[in-house]
Amino acid sequence: MKIAFELNGKARSLEIEPRETLTEVLRARCRLTGVKLSCEAQVCGSCTVLVEGLPVSSCTYLAYEIRDKRVTTIEGLADGAGHLHPLQQAFLDNFAFQCGFCTPGMILAAKSLLDQNVHASDEEILAYMSGNLCRCTGYLGILKAIRQASVELQRQSQGKGRNRESKREGANDTSNE
Amino acid sequence: MSDLNKSVVKNFAVVNHSVPRADGVAKVTGSATYASDITLERMAWAKLLRSPFAHAKILSIDVSEAKRQPGVVDVLTGNDLGTLHPYYGHAVKDHPLLAIGKVRFVGEPLAAVIGEDELSAQEALEKIKVAYQELTPVLDIKSALAPGAVLVHGMDYIGGAFRGFDDFPGGTKNICQAVHVEWGDVDAAFASAAHIAEGEYYFPMVYAYAMEPYVAVADYDPKGQLTVYSSAQHPFMVRHDLTEVFDLPLNSVRVIVPYVGGGYGSKSYTKIEPLTAACSWKTSRPVKLQLSVEEAFLTTRSDDARVNIRTAVDASGKLIAKQATIHLDTGAYAENSPMVCRKAANRIVGPYRFPNVRIDCLAIYTNTVPASSYRGLGAAQITFPVESQMDELAHKIGCDPQEFRLRNLAHSGESIHPGLRPIDADVPGDIRIAGETLRSNGPLAPKHGRSVCCSCSDAGAHPVTLAMVQVYADGSVSVLSGSTEIGQGSHTVLAQIAAEEMGVPLEKVRLVGSDTGVTLFERSTGASRTTTLMGRAVMEACREAIAQCKSMAAELLSVPASEFTEGRGGIRYGKDWLSWPEIIERYFQMEGCGIIGRAYLRRAGVFKAVPVFWEIGVAGVEIVLDEETGKISLHTLVTVGDVGLAIHPAMTEGQDLGAATMGLGIGLFEELIYEGQQLMNGTLLEYRVPRFSDLARRIELKLVENRDGVGPYGAKGGGEGSVNPIGACLANALYQAAGVRIRSLPLTPERVWKALQEKKAQASSAQRKSSGAPKIRAQTRAYKTRVPKT
Repeated sequence: MKIAFELNGKARSLEIEPRETLTEVLRARCRLTGVKLSCEAQVCGSCTVLVEGLPVSSCTYLAYEIRDKRVTTIEGLADGAGHLHPLQQAFLDNFAFQCGFCTPGMILAAKSLLDQNVHASDEEILAYMSGNLCRCTGYLGILKAIRQASVELQRQSQGKGRNRESKREGANDTSNE
Repeated sequence: MSDLNKSVVKNFAVVNHSVPRADGVAKVTGSATYASDITLERMAWAKLLRSPFAHAKILSIDVSEAKRQPGVVDVLTGNDLGTLHPYYGHAVKDHPLLAIGKVRFVGEPLAAVIGEDELSAQEALEKIKVAYQELTPVLDIKSALAPGAVLVHGMDYIGGAFRGFDDFPGGTKNICQAVHVEWGDVDAAFASAAHIAEGEYYFPMVYAYAMEPYVAVADYDPKGQLTVYSSAQHPFMVRHDLTEVFDLPLNSVRVIVPYVGGGYGSKSYTKIEPLTAACSWKTSRPVKLQLSVEEAFLTTRSDDARVNIRTAVDASGKLIAKQATIHLDTGAYAENSPMVCRKAANRIVGPYRFPNVRIDCLAIYTNTVPASSYRGLGAAQITFPVESQMDELAHKIGCDPQEFRLRNLAHSGESIHPGLRPIDADVPGDIRIAGETLRSNGPLAPKHGRSVCCSCSDAGAHPVTLAMVQVYADGSVSVLSGSTEIGQGSHTVLAQIAAEEMGVPLEKVRLVGSDTGVTLFERSTGASRTTTLMGRAVMEACREAIAQCKSMAAELLSVPASEFTEGRGGIRYGKDWLSWPEIIERYFQMEGCGIIGRAYLRRAGVFKAVPVFWEIGVAGVEIVLDEETGKISLHTLVTVGDVGLAIHPAMTEGQDLGAATMGLGIGLFEELIYEGQQLMNGTLLEYRVPRFSDLARRIELKLVENRDGVGPYGAKGGGEGSVNPIGACLANALYQAAGVRIRSLPLTPERVWKALQEKKAQASSAQRKSSGAPKIRAQTRAYKTRVPKT
């Protein structure tokens, strides 16, 4: 069957088998090997990708479910100019990984959390992230990274907010003239 | 040689700083390549048929129908391995790459279907017809050791790449390895003892759960070149096994290990590489074998351990004797359990002064999943009994447990094992740091308990480590290292050392490896050895390159080397500063040129004494007990890393927390459970590992840097120590919180709750002087049978 969807900001259409999982399609057909397969039972979170901005376990998610939807993988997180997303930078700064196998899923789950709630408290972070396992770090570095990204994203959105404000004021000024 | 360390300046430019990880950007952007991401042209896929029986003769295997299935390239069984040497193993060559003649555990591979794609291979598996004759399985240590027991092997095997395992008892007994350690007069010491503590402890069967399951991609060229991409920790040990299986010279087997998605010991030594290579050999195609996590559960686990241990003190509270019997359930094949057996026997002494010691350790074959290395290598199994008993003995003689330890710990420079390297760490100091950190929480609240425990491991494994650096005329440096980047940060740490030595910016250093066709020999990436041994080798290789640069400079300037002064990154001669790259450029008068510095470490010089170093594990916990449910949660976790010098402090702390968190998993919930022949919880749905929500409220990661190791700048390894003491910390803290002593891990809510009920029942029956509460007593019996007794 043929499906059309948006992958990391670009329109894609693919011929797939109806039984194929999203992990299989992303890894084998799209060559996006940042999607990592581990438990295959929706426990570990390493295969997490975002569909319409929300995390799904791509290991058990049929690929045909993404038709006409937006899919984001770790490869699509840095902007076109190669600037890392604040979460990626925060994971680097806080040594929030060792082997790195859980990291793509971990970062995407955290992105979904902060997109929904940029002010997430520690309790909210721990509860939201409990579907993502890490065997290397003991989680503290990841918690610190998400806190740091939360602060950075708030700063950025305030900055954007101020920009919008000043533009609006400018626009008002012009209309007053 | 040790003056090499002391001569170094104290203010480091690059080492001892938490620089960005060399693999960082690749890992946060998804571009890091793991063996599971490798795809080759014309690559076929292998899937494995696994045994449904723990012990059975294979009467026949009919693969004719499977071979006819669409998309099937070929099928490989134990009957096809005639021209190979199909048994491998670095300690004992007892492991056939597919079952030959009989199967020895549920899940053992006995056939491989090679298909054009994964699905074709998978679907053809059920077309293979196998006729079995069931044999009596040996499912636990007790039946394995019983007189007249059925033999798991009953064959004689030869030793592998390791020397010293040729005395193999498995031909006539279910014993894979027997180790005896003894000094002093143990019987006389116990006879004269003022107090003795004695008990039996059980450490469970656990699974490392490296998130990347085992994977290999093999390409056997019939002209005699074999290339294997693998998730293996020790590429050179895998290469050795492959040369023997396929009868190839060393230069014809290339093992390449990209980034590894976690190991924790479970990816030590050879796993599926010979089988994958045999699939390629059979089909003349590159073949990928990617196991699932469920299959990884059936590939390697830890040895579970039943430990009987007695410890004696004299009237002054001084330790005078230890006697222990350790029984390890090694499963169906030896893998690295003979080494686990040796290490458990050595490590059970701990960092204490014992004038009299007698240890017997057996690695025992059973028809269960093979056991092998697990983080700590035998130390986690024995530290739980040792450090539980230290607390029990302290309580018996009315001494504070920390005070009791301090009274008996060996100090830096003292010997704990006759003939071995003296202790190169400050264990009493480490214990004090952990204790003070816990006490800073203030007075102990009700239902809270605290404990600090320690372990001491003869670490580093056998010191054979070779390294090479290339120093280029443009100022860039390549480090060629056979150490595997498994997440521990070796690519970063080794680059830091090269940048420190060569005086170049860190960004100018690139790591190359692991690739046995390119990098020099490194025995293994394990036993916490990489910083100490490979780090030292890289440092010496840089110094060799510098010595060459100095000779070149002397020739260029036509002055003896004594006329100029060496600085970091080059030489000063009069007013002129000449950097190493400039010297290389001028010497060869050729752009793009570079030189090689190399170092060969072996068991000589500072590495003559064994072990390479003593790896200390010191950790402390404060727990909170919910008496209603028996649930233990962690209030505070303290680790103390006695690492000589932290080349990268943040990653060193990360290793300690990661190891302690694995210890927490074993301490509180992890256990593989067999019911009869069958592993009952071999999936992540049923096997609970630590999650975000298990994070301690307060985490303190302390580093002690006395520069007392033989590694670069006085560094020593870390990364395993903290896993060892956690189980005993939890059990001791539980005793402080609730007065119950549990001698089996994990301390699940069920097990703790039952122990609390038993204590209550005993208290009330003592009060009422009646037998009382029959219901609770029945539950107590059920709890006791859960822990099998020898």
